[in-house]
Amino acid sequence: MNDSWWSWDHAVAVLPELLIAFVKYTLVATVLGTLIAVVLGLIVAMIRRVSPAVIRTPVTWVVEFIRMTPLVVQLVFANLVLSPYVDSTFAIGVWVLGIHYTTYMAEVYRAGIDSVPKGQWEAATALSLPQTRTWRAIIVPQAIRSTLPALGNYAISMFKETPFFVVIYIPEMVRVAQTYGGDTFRYTESITLAGLIFLASSYPTSVLIRRLEKKLA
Amino acid sequence: MNGLIGFFEQLGPNLEVLGARLPQILDGVWTTVLATVLGGMLALVISFAFGILQTVKIAPVRIVARVFVEFFRGTSLVVQLFWLCFVLPQLPYPLGFRLEPLVVGVLALGLNYGAYGAEVVRGSIGSVPKGQYEALSALSLSPVRGLFRVIIPQAWALMIPSLSNLWIQLLKGSAIVYTVTLYDLFFQVEQIRRQTGTWFAFLFALLAYYLIAWVIVIIMNALEVQAKHRIGRGPALSTSLGSLLRAPGSASVAKGGLT
Amino acid sequence: MPENTAAPVGEPHIEFRDVVKKFGDHTVLEGLDFTVSRGERVTLIGPSGSGKTTILRLVMTLEELTGGYIHIGGTPLQYEEQGGKRVRIPDKRRRRTTTGIGMVFQHFNLFPNMTVLENIIEAPVHVMGLSKDEAAHKAEALLDKVGMAWKKDARPSELSGGQQQRVAIARALAMDPEILLLDEVTSALDPELVGEVLGVLKDIAAETDISMLIVTHEMQFARDVSQRVMMFDHGSIVEEGTPEKMFSAPENQRTQDFLRAVL
Repeated sequence: MNDSWWSWDHAVAVLPELLIAFVKYTLVATVLGTLIAVVLGLIVAMIRRVSPAVIRTPVTWVVEFIRMTPLVVQLVFANLVLSPYVDSTFAIGVWVLGIHYTTYMAEVYRAGIDSVPKGQWEAATALSLPQTRTWRAIIVPQAIRSTLPALGNYAISMFKETPFFVVIYIPEMVRVAQTYGGDTFRYTESITLAGLIFLASSYPTSVLIRRLEKKLA
Repeated sequence: MNGLIGFFEQLGPNLEVLGARLPQILDGVWTTVLATVLGGMLALVISFAFGILQTVKIAPVRIVARVFVEFFRGTSLVVQLFWLCFVLPQLPYPLGFRLEPLVVGVLALGLNYGAYGAEVVRGSIGSVPKGQYEALSALSLSPVRGLFRVIIPQAWALMIPSLSNLWIQLLKGSAIVYTVTLYDLFFQVEQIRRQTGTWFAFLFALLAYYLIAWVIVIIMNALEVQAKHRIGRGPALSTSLGSLLRAPGSASVAKGGLT
Repeated sequence: MPENTAAPVGEPHIEFRDVVKKFGDHTVLEGLDFTVSRGERVTLIGPSGSGKTTILRLVMTLEELTGGYIHIGGTPLQYEEQGGKRVRIPDKRRRRTTTGIGMVFQHFNLFPNMTVLENIIEAPVHVMGLSKDEAAHKAEALLDKVGMAWKKDARPSELSGGQQQRVAIARALAMDPEILLLDEVTSALDPELVGEVLGVLKDIAAETDISMLIVTHEMQFARDVSQRVMMFDHGSIVEEGTPEKMFSAPENQRTQDFLRAVL
């Protein structure tokens, strides 16, 4: 161990590795995972809205079960079951992440739709507007007001949960930091830098989201 | 693990394995519960402390509190966990000590989720109607006294659903602590996987976490009913036991839980 | 707007036959029968919970009939009799009937994400199939009539309650309705804004022969505009008659009590 607790040499050595892993795995996983959650979440929300109870109840159970159980366990489980069939551990990780967040997004969509005052639906009925038009022109534009900021917040949340990928040995940024520390016995620079990279990317983004929320309100 | 039929065929023997390893499993459950409860308590303290500090009149205090909150929200739980476990010992005096895995786990969980909770506390205090503050002024009640006797009891009822969701997030996050050698429920279930096959082990693990989550939900629902009753906005706990099984507060989930 | 061509009073326009409406265990309307003739203006009065608003909402298909039938100009609205059984009419066919029915709400329900003009042309374009230009032309004429032409590009949030309600009236009229349902349209307005809305409605009543079903507390307005007043209590008609008779010399005890309390 060096006498100085912080070594700029090590910091400079590990930073490029960290940033590459950050872009290649953390950012990509967040983008893809959010995409999955946004699309699947909408499907689940619609299923829960229009289906008869026979379909709606089991779907709700499954969704709640996934939502309330640890992502970590789901990641390891999926990896063990699927790796004989799927080459890319990263793909498995992204899908598990996406499906986990689908359960949150379905709830966001539901709340967004419910937040539109009942009177809007009634006015649309009074004008005999067909359902598709009512959704497109009246309900969705108003539901988006609360849906978009929440979506942004969950994307940031997903971003900060990508380090859970360490449990299935995907070489994302925190794993790279940990591995570097394991190899060189210097954890200080690698892990601190990893944390600062997270901070530098998530703080401005959440400020932006908050501003978006104020603008839409 | 040979598909669904295999699952049921193996169920008997698997349950026997479970029974044989029960002491270790219970050890794991205990560790998880300990981390969740202690972590939750630390988080609650931090949430209140830093939530309230952000509402005081003195600007420097507010700013410091805000920086703390943003720091622990912006860096990730895993980073914080690894930092406490790997980096802390490498720091020079007076910080270069090695913490027990449980302490590392509880600290990381408490600091991280406490920071999120601070936002919830701050938001709920802000949601209390302005008229309450005005009444405090009109009665010349000291602001500090007013805060604790009037504002917080009302804010408490508002913040419970969000805190409940955060606590469940904490429970879910606790499954990562085995990476710093804190041998929790997940770790113990992983140990029996070789004998019982993947499906049984993991479905059991997921079920166990699910049940613990529901215990949290019931406790928090009870607290919410009681809190609402105390401020006159709901029935007494004894008369509305049915509402305890209500699904976790979806309103706060819908806002984007961890923001 | 179409001129007032004295339509023969007596031709049934809205018919309630044995209508039953329950909300869960609570029965609001039971075996209700009444008829509104073409061009007739009927005001429904009575205490809250008596079912008056429910009647309007049933005609607008905002509520589902529990039992009985409603006919609009002879056509069944929600349910019809098919081979001796009571069969639900599908939503698409219901909408064909409801395009001739317009409603103005207590809380206006303008679409906040659209301008005043867009609010009014929405249904004519997407339901009646008018081109945007035709609809806009029509909308501007209506806005002129209700005195809101100068605000056609404003958003509802920029308007006062009275202004929003006048826009809402224009929006309902843009569909050329044969029936207009008015549900306590001034109850949510500040007192000084009530007059402008009632003035608009009085003009419409005078210049068109639209049948109207009105729920209101404004007794003077009811006197000015309606041919018939029906007093409701607990879901049934306890008394009905001309405004003069109902307001000056009611016969039923319940009517007397109610009018004494509100007038």
